[in-house]
Parts: sequence; structure tokens; C-alpha cells
Amino acid sequence: MPKYNLNVNNKKYTVEAEAGTPLLWVLRDNLGLTGTKYSCGEGICGSCAVHIDGKAERSCILSIENVQNVSITTIEGLAENPDHPIFKTWIDLEVSQCGYCQPGQIMTLAAMMDDKQKHSRKEIDDAMSTVLCRCGTYHRIRKAVDKLVEEGK
Amino acid sequence: MKKGNRQTRREFIKVVSVSGSGLILASYIPFNNAFANLGDDPKIFSPSVYLKIDSKNVVTVIFHRSEMGQGIKTSLPMLIAEELEVDWEKIVIEQADADKKYGSQSTGGSWSIRSTWEPFRVAGATARVMLISAAASKWNMLPENCYAENGFVINKINNEKLSYGDLVEDASKLPVPENVKLKDPKEFKIIGKRIHRVDTPDKIYGKAKFGIDIVIPGMYYAALSRCPAFGGSVKSFDSSKAKSLPGVLDIVRISNGVAVIADSTYHAFNGRDALVIDWDMGPNGKTNSEDIHNEMLSHLKSEGAEFESRGDINSVLAEEKQLEAVYEVPFLAHAPMEPMNCVAKFENGKAELWAPTQNAQNAKSEVAKALGLDENDVTVHITLMGGAFGRRLVSDFAVEAAEISKASGRPIKLTWTRSEDMKGGYYRPPSMNSLKGSVTKEGKPFKFSHHVIAPSISQMRFNKDLTAEKSEIKEGTVNLEYQIPNLRITGTLIPTHVPISWFRAVYNTQNPFAVESFIDEMAHAAGKDTYQFRRDMLPADSRLTNVMNVAAEKSGWGKKHSSGKGMGIAISAGYGSYCAQVAEVTVTGNKLKIDRYTAVIDCGVVVNPDSVEAQLEGAVGFALSAALKGAITIQNGGTRESNFDDYSILTYDEMPVVDAHYIINDFKVGGVGEVGIAACAPALCNAIFAATGKRIRRLPIDLS
Repeated sequence: MPKYNLNVNNKKYTVEAEAGTPLLWVLRDNLGLTGTKYSCGEGICGSCAVHIDGKAERSCILSIENVQNVSITTIEGLAENPDHPIFKTWIDLEVSQCGYCQPGQIMTLAAMMDDKQKHSRKEIDDAMSTVLCRCGTYHRIRKAVDKLVEEGK
Repeated sequence: MKKGNRQTRREFIKVVSVSGSGLILASYIPFNNAFANLGDDPKIFSPSVYLKIDSKNVVTVIFHRSEMGQGIKTSLPMLIAEELEVDWEKIVIEQADADKKYGSQSTGGSWSIRSTWEPFRVAGATARVMLISAAASKWNMLPENCYAENGFVINKINNEKLSYGDLVEDASKLPVPENVKLKDPKEFKIIGKRIHRVDTPDKIYGKAKFGIDIVIPGMYYAALSRCPAFGGSVKSFDSSKAKSLPGVLDIVRISNGVAVIADSTYHAFNGRDALVIDWDMGPNGKTNSEDIHNEMLSHLKSEGAEFESRGDINSVLAEEKQLEAVYEVPFLAHAPMEPMNCVAKFENGKAELWAPTQNAQNAKSEVAKALGLDENDVTVHITLMGGAFGRRLVSDFAVEAAEISKASGRPIKLTWTRSEDMKGGYYRPPSMNSLKGSVTKEGKPFKFSHHVIAPSISQMRFNKDLTAEKSEIKEGTVNLEYQIPNLRITGTLIPTHVPISWFRAVYNTQNPFAVESFIDEMAHAAGKDTYQFRRDMLPADSRLTNVMNVAAEKSGWGKKHSSGKGMGIAISAGYGSYCAQVAEVTVTGNKLKIDRYTAVIDCGVVVNPDSVEAQLEGAVGFALSAALKGAITIQNGGTRESNFDDYSILTYDEMPVVDAHYIINDFKVGGVGEVGIAACAPALCNAIFAATGKRIRRLPIDLS
């Protein structure tokens, strides 16, 4: 089986897997990084969002051979800084209910907040509209986005 | 939905004494069993199965139910902490395994707070009283001269203090007192406060372990192929291709299909997809949604069994305005974001499971039955779950995992694909509701009849002889507070081969949609304001009237709307609580925009206001998915939909602002998970009517 070199949360890993293996399952089953969630498996719901070179991507439809020589960040990597304003706001506003989709919500938002580019509110809302939540926490996610945008974070 | 055990004071003591007679578990040491000799480990005082205090001042609350997003892992321990007088921040919360000693652990029916409100406070108060007694004896003074605060007993005479940890040894030798006095609600320090959820940080940092995240030593990964038609079975299968794939280790047949065991989830999924199975589609392999619709339709003209009646539904007035309408809703999938999964280890005649279940004791007994084991040889650990909404009250996924582990001789994690989760059944049943009514020429309600036609979950699952009048399909149709002089409520059960089960709010997801929409139709026929029409029919002092009045006030009911905009109101009662909702919409052509919901709940005493609001907001989001989008279609005996593209749910941009309010009072504590669901769809459809004159009688809403 081929070997792939991955850079995940600034750590280097060598993973044996066949080409076509989704990054999601490499993270979860091979590397034990279970904060990235499986839900739809087809790139529809966003629960599995990770950062590839800082950009939010869906790990369930990213093949392992296409994520070499890039920097992969998972929710665990983002949480190395628990003072990130998104985490603080999420806790302040108690956004989570079951919590399952929240890593995907947070990674999607964090990619836009942290890339040092100016994103319009519509761009942010459009991105957040692609991440599904079944508990209906959207109302509080929007409040969190409002707060973060207002504070310029 | 299944009722939780309302443990009385007597039962609470009984549980304690049963435990005291020698049932010792790793996590539990009974109060009168002296102390286990644990070397340097702390000594433990446990006057209740829900509570342990050790000599190092660690207070552990045993959380015996299931946390699926509703916040009870926080609010249940709040009840104990309140009475125990401890620092909330220092409480340790431990998830219990399935065990009857806790009473019911079934987490559904909006029962958790209602059923623990008394026993949890009694548990805390009992421990407090015993710790005070122990301290008083030490000081040789009367307990009346001592009080508890922040984990200490303090004596009022000289302000001397002893920590709870210092007292556990003495307290554990005392008899458990009866009839301990609970705190006056005016003294509450924790109950009623906005307490942050204990599990939020781990969830957002990606550290929380849901069922799907569990890994045990030596574990393999499993996937299962089930028959595409409900009630079908495996005729034969060819596993040669699957076996040749990387990572595939074993293929086993279990009662629900053919399972592939592999070294990763991905390999298990690939193996599953490569199985070639010849299915016997069973007796319903040709059944379609249309057949089920036609079955309901065929009962439309019949009377149905009577649920409730008053006055004379056949009486006639000279000038009476008659109206009638038929409402219909489809099957719905719960579709929690975390698909069904379970970790199981069968070894030496014993089974151990890590299950995201709302119904751990049921999982335990179902697994024991399926594997031919004594229940004592089955351990079920309850994990966090990524949404449940009633789906995880059924234990099918746990039984499958246990069977696969037994058949393959390996510890495994079974993960369902999203498609399997969508097609896996146990749906919210469909219904057809026939309503007839009339209003007098003065615009007062005169007649109201409602015939509900639906399959019964209880009949399908537990008792095939169950009759309509004894079934739960009447939920949301009877005992309405509306004072209508002539009324008749009836029902007819229809069979279905499609597995059905409890969905958040169960029959309150469908019947109140029909009732509250039709009441709106009657109001319009009467030429009345729809809020005022309801108000005129309700007792003035009713809690339901009150939430409706508050919702009307908070929403600015009655304000002028430009064309294409409208407001709709609906009310619901159940689970010991009351709710009113006002929806505000803008309709442009076929395009619906939901601008705002005002939602008001009266759930009696509020334990954690933030969780109550969150449940109300979430209920709107969840119910809007059903109103706008949800439909499971039966095709050739199975389910057509397979993922969130063809069974879509509400998205962020579609979510309205939810202005949630709760009533402050000291009525008995009520449930909050479900009552917010019932009024959501009818409020929306009533708003659409106000905006457009188009009456929606079928969900999901189609404006084209």
C-alpha cells in the first residue's frame, strides 16, 4: 500500500492507505483525530470541515493523495488556542446543543475569520449556510457571527 | 412516547436500601456498607444512587440519562447541587451505565427534568441533612444549630466548619432520614440561573467522544448491508469481491443483513458496497407511498373510533357557516447529524456495548434477548450522541453491533452510512386528518369534528391488538382547551410495513398542525382576527391563554403588514407545559421567507433558563425542517431518500430570528423538548395564509 506524508496540526505523519481514501477516515481512524465528524460522506453537510492551507474544505471528499504538501488543520489544531474568539463566543452564547456539527461550523467560520482577508457579511453567511445543524442552533450561530463581526474579529 | 419513571420518595428510599443490601458496583458504594478498603483512595459517602461524596471533598453526581443536546447533563445535576449546598463549579458529573437501580433511564417524552425534579432534590437534601447530623454529633450539638454552605457544615454558635469530606465517614453510618425538608424556591441559588453547559468546551474543541468516536483496544470496524425493502431478507450472497478488497477481514451474516468487518471504517464501507446480495424483498416489496396515502384516503369517509365527544355534532343552525378540510403529512426521518453506530465487544459469554442510546436499559435487554444472554451479562455504556430526536429510543443498531461482534468474534464499531441512516426506518408516521366545523352568524365556533387516520407506534411495536381509542394517535387531538359547544374527535388506525417510532413530539408533530390550521380556517370563516377568535374560545385564566397573550404582545400582533407579509399564530400544550408561537413571513411569488418567530413557553419552574430558550429555538429549527422540506418516500417497500440532498433540512440562511420567552411562575416543572414543536408548522402555515390567502394543508409546504 502506498505511503503518504501528511502535515496535520503542524505534526508530520506517514500514513499507509490506498489512493482515494478520504482524508476524513485517515484523520479519524488512522490518526485518532475524531473531532472531525462523519455525517453525510458526500460533501453536503460540512460536519467534516478542516482547513487545507487555511481554507475550509470537506475532508469526506478529499482524497489522501491530494492533501500532501499542504498544511492540514483540524478542530483539535484550532483548539490548541482555546482563547480563539470563536471558542469564547461559542461558550458565551452557548451555541452548541448536541455539538456534533459544531466543529464543522467553527472550522468553516474560522477559515474566514483567520485568513486576514476582508469577507463581506454575505460571504460569511453564504459559507455558514452550507453547514447543516439538526438541533437548530443556527439562531445562536448567527448571534455568534454577529458578535464576532461586530468586534472585528 | 414512553414515560419515564416518576420516582416517588418511597421508591427513592427503596432503591437506596436495595443497593445497601449488598449490590456493590465499581462506581457505587452504598451508604451503610462501611467503607470499601481502597487503600489510599478516598472514602465515599453515597446516600443515593445518584450521588457520591468522598473524603477528599469530591462531589460526584451520577447522571443516569442520555445527553443528546438538550442540556440535561447540566440541569439534572443542578437539582442535586442546589439542595446539597455545594459549589457548582466543583461538581464532577459521571455518566451512568444502564442499570435498573436508577429507575427509568429512557430519555424521551420531555420527561428528564419532570421525573428527577423531586428525587434529585431529595437526594441532595438527604445527603445535606445527614452531613449536618454527622457534624452536629461531632460537635455534640443540635443539628438545628448547624447549617450547610458551599461544601461545609458550619455551626452557628462559634462558626466552626467541617468540610463534607471530613464528615463522609460519620455520615455514612447514619440511617437515611425520611421526609427531609426541601429548600423553599426563594432560597434557590442554582436552580433558575443561567448555568453554562458542562460539556460545551469539549464539544467545540473536538474532544468530546460521541458514540461514533469510541475506540476500544483491539477494535475492528464494521458496516452492514440491509434489505432495501422493509420486511425483506437475505436469500443468498456472494462475498468474494468484498473479501478481495484491502482491509476486509471477515464477512458475517446477522439477523438484519450481511456485515463486513475491516481494519477501518472506509474499508468496511467499501466492502459493504462490494457485497452482492440476492434479496427476498418480502411481502411489501412493491409498496409505494401512494399505496399508504390511498389506504389513509380509504378511511376518510368512515367515522372512526370515538376519542371524545360533547354536545351534538349533528345539530344544525339556520345560519351556520360550514367548512371542512383534509390535512396530510408524510413519513419523516430523524436524521441526526451523527448516524447510528455502536461499539460492541462479545467475549466469554458477555457483551459490553458503548452505545449512543436514549434508551440504555432497552438496549441492554434487547441485546440480551438477541444474543441469548442473561441481562446481567450485558453492559451498556451510554455515550454522548450527535442528536437523537427519538430515533435512539429504538435499539436496533445496538443489537446489530452485538450480533456482529458475536458472529465475528471481534470487538467492533458498527457505523451506518448516511444512506443507511436515512433508509433505516423507525420514522415519524404519516397521517391524514379530516376536519369539519362551523361558525355561527355572529362568528362564534359551533361545531368541530376531527378524524385522525394514522398508524400507531404502540400497535406496530408492542401490541397488535391495540385499538384506535386506546392508542396514542389521539395525542394533540383531545382535551383541547377550546370551548366549542359541539365536538367530536375520532380516529382510525392503519397498518404499515414501514417501521415507525417516536419522533420529537411524536403525534404532536402532526395533529396540532391540522387542528391549529383548521381553527385558523374557522376564524377566517367567522371573519374574526385569528388570535381574538382563539382567545374568545379559551378560558381567561388558562396558562395556554396566557402564553398566547404574551406571544401576541411580544410579536406586535395586529400591526399592519405590507402586501406579501403576514403573521400567523398557533398554540400547543403537552408534557406539563404550554407554548404559543407567532410566525412572521414574507411571500414573494413562490418564494417564502420566514422573518421571525416569537415563541413563548410556560414550563412551570425553570431550571436552566438558557437551556429552555435553546430548546425553544431548536424546536423551531427542527419543526421548520419538517414543515418546509421533510418527506420520506416509500418506493418498492423501502426508502427513496438517501442523504441530505434529497432529504434536506433547514439551513442557516433559512433560519428565522427566534424571539424566545419563558413565563416566570412556580407551577410544577414541565418538559421543554417537545412542546415547542407542535405550534411551529401551523403558525407558519397560518402566516402564509395571512400573507397570500393560500391555505397549506399538506406538508412539506409547496407554494408552487
